[in-house]
Amino acid sequence: MSDQSGTPRVRADLRPALGAAAALLATMAIAAALLALGGHSPAVAFGALARGAFGSWHNFISVTLVQATPLLLTGLAVALAFKARVWNIGAEGQLHAGALAGVAVAVSVPASSAFLLLPATLLAAAAAGALWASVPAAMKTRMGVGEVITTLLMNFVALFLAQFLVHGPLRESRGVFNQTDAIPAAAQLPTLIPGFRLHLGFLIGILIAVALWLYLARTPGGFRIRAVGASPRAAEVSGRFRTTPVIWRAFLVSGAIAGLAGWIQVSGITHRMYEGLSPGWGYTAIAVALLARLHPLAAVLTAIVFGALSAGGGAMQREAGVPDVWVRGIEALVILAVLTVDRVLQTIDRRAARGSPRAAHSRA
Amino acid sequence: MARRGLRTPVPDVAALSSFLVSAVGLAVPLALAALGETVSQRAGVINIGLEGSVIWGALGGALGSLAGGGYAGLLAGALAGGAAALVFAVFAVRLNTDQIITGTAVTIGSLGFTGALYQSRFGVTGVALELETLPAWELPLLSRIPVVGPALFDQALTAYLVYVMVPLLAWLLFRTRWGLALRAVGESPEAAHAAGVPVVRTRMLAAVFAGLMAGLAGAHLSLVHTGTFAENMSAGKGFIAIAVVVLGRWRPAGVLAAALFFGGAEALQFALQAFDADLPYPLFLALPYVLSLAALAGWFGRSRAPEGLALPWPRRGH
Repeated sequence: MSDQSGTPRVRADLRPALGAAAALLATMAIAAALLALGGHSPAVAFGALARGAFGSWHNFISVTLVQATPLLLTGLAVALAFKARVWNIGAEGQLHAGALAGVAVAVSVPASSAFLLLPATLLAAAAAGALWASVPAAMKTRMGVGEVITTLLMNFVALFLAQFLVHGPLRESRGVFNQTDAIPAAAQLPTLIPGFRLHLGFLIGILIAVALWLYLARTPGGFRIRAVGASPRAAEVSGRFRTTPVIWRAFLVSGAIAGLAGWIQVSGITHRMYEGLSPGWGYTAIAVALLARLHPLAAVLTAIVFGALSAGGGAMQREAGVPDVWVRGIEALVILAVLTVDRVLQTIDRRAARGSPRAAHSRA
Repeated sequence: MARRGLRTPVPDVAALSSFLVSAVGLAVPLALAALGETVSQRAGVINIGLEGSVIWGALGGALGSLAGGGYAGLLAGALAGGAAALVFAVFAVRLNTDQIITGTAVTIGSLGFTGALYQSRFGVTGVALELETLPAWELPLLSRIPVVGPALFDQALTAYLVYVMVPLLAWLLFRTRWGLALRAVGESPEAAHAAGVPVVRTRMLAAVFAGLMAGLAGAHLSLVHTGTFAENMSAGKGFIAIAVVVLGRWRPAGVLAAALFFGGAEALQFALQAFDADLPYPLFLALPYVLSLAALAGWFGRSRAPEGLALPWPRRGH
């Protein structure tokens, strides 16, 4: 597997893209078959989906890219963590923690200048996301408790905390709905293009993607994350550095980015926090990161793919009569297809490397 | 202790009794799914797709009940949940893909495809399905025990399945060669493999068993708890079951106690909501999760997951 841990300039660079494309094609084929089985015309359904996602500038910029923004940020959070082999499936909870912290600062700090309030809220959101990730990080590094279960449990704690806060302490002053007050204008992210809903948050996502890419590819810290991800034991045994701080950094940065995702959605789109802010972005993020082969720049593309799926789902239901829940099924197919393509490629590699078709059991 | 007598205790006993009935009813699906997941995790397989099995069980239960009555629904629910877990196991065990990512995909896909199937059968708006609910079996004498009797011994078949499963699984897991082999697969697949235990087959069976149990849990939701089916009605029960396994420390009796605790917290929420809307009931709902984390952190004594949990087999070289 040496081609996966090398510098990003090696010849094998095209392979992940080809693998992702193969996975997408396989997904479309299976989805088409299932749609036909369900009595729908795949061509009509895909056509409506594509028009809904890309059919006009409005659809693309105000719907698809807007939907892609939280997916991009959570996808980057997951990609970074997975890169260090930190199985953070707690992006959903970190997202809620970030949204809550951002809203709390926005509605309670009496600042009228966006230059003060926006950075303060973004910082609060990132800090809250990192804080949420720090519990599983501490349990993993100090007690050896696997992060899969702890990050999952922390998601529920965050959801109930959000429920509690919007029902109680942060409930709107009118007291009608279970939501927070609208945040002041100074805490709202500006739109990027007049007349479109797309907001600065999308640009922030792209900046973070570029920063993460440079960090992973060009810095010693990034190298360590990749080294730990490639083989934690080898990294530890090499004696060059300790793995614990690397794991901590992966958790905290991942949590901070996921925290930003939540607040950026509130600040750019909803302007209020309420129960059910996220339709599960923190989980879809796993598909986004995986399809991008954990590459931050590729995550921009895959986030747009999944943003388009969710944007096109509504059009598919309206125009083709295909329930938009199909989109979630298609998301799952993408993940399974990527996993399968991966295994196939690995098997081919192994056979090529060893010249033997049955070498799977030789390692322990 | 000193002062009583001002208020007659009778209404309190009635309230307590109805709270317990509700708590046990809410605990049953959690216990069913968590008992299955206990076996799966003991074999080293964490199935995040359990939520998917629960929702398939709920839909399978509804469709089966429409076709052939309540008990046919229960069977159909179990099989539907098992089928979802089989998909998971083919990928995560046979193809050896990452368990976490595969399970997430199965959950996302199950929520999507059950919704799609439901809408294609009953229309996009969805009719309110009215299913015949499974009757409660009132056990003679036992159901007369004051306070706890009705809660424990006047329940549907699913509750009695839990009572049978707890000692049965405890015996199978800890007192038989079969259980020893299964736990070996979960602790150290290398050692188990060297000892001649078929690791892949054991893990496949354990994962599918968890799916069958989670399917029963889903069927309980549609056929006992609500008498209807709604999209997303699993509402995180599969995820909660994973927390129940953790809090129950991977032992059937502990899992039952943890399920009752989670069910109790949920029942308490409903009771408090009816009583006073201002109480911070979401915090009660968060409490079991916080305690699960505390249990993992070792606050209630040593508690650890099987050593080989979520790890691939055969190991991928790197």
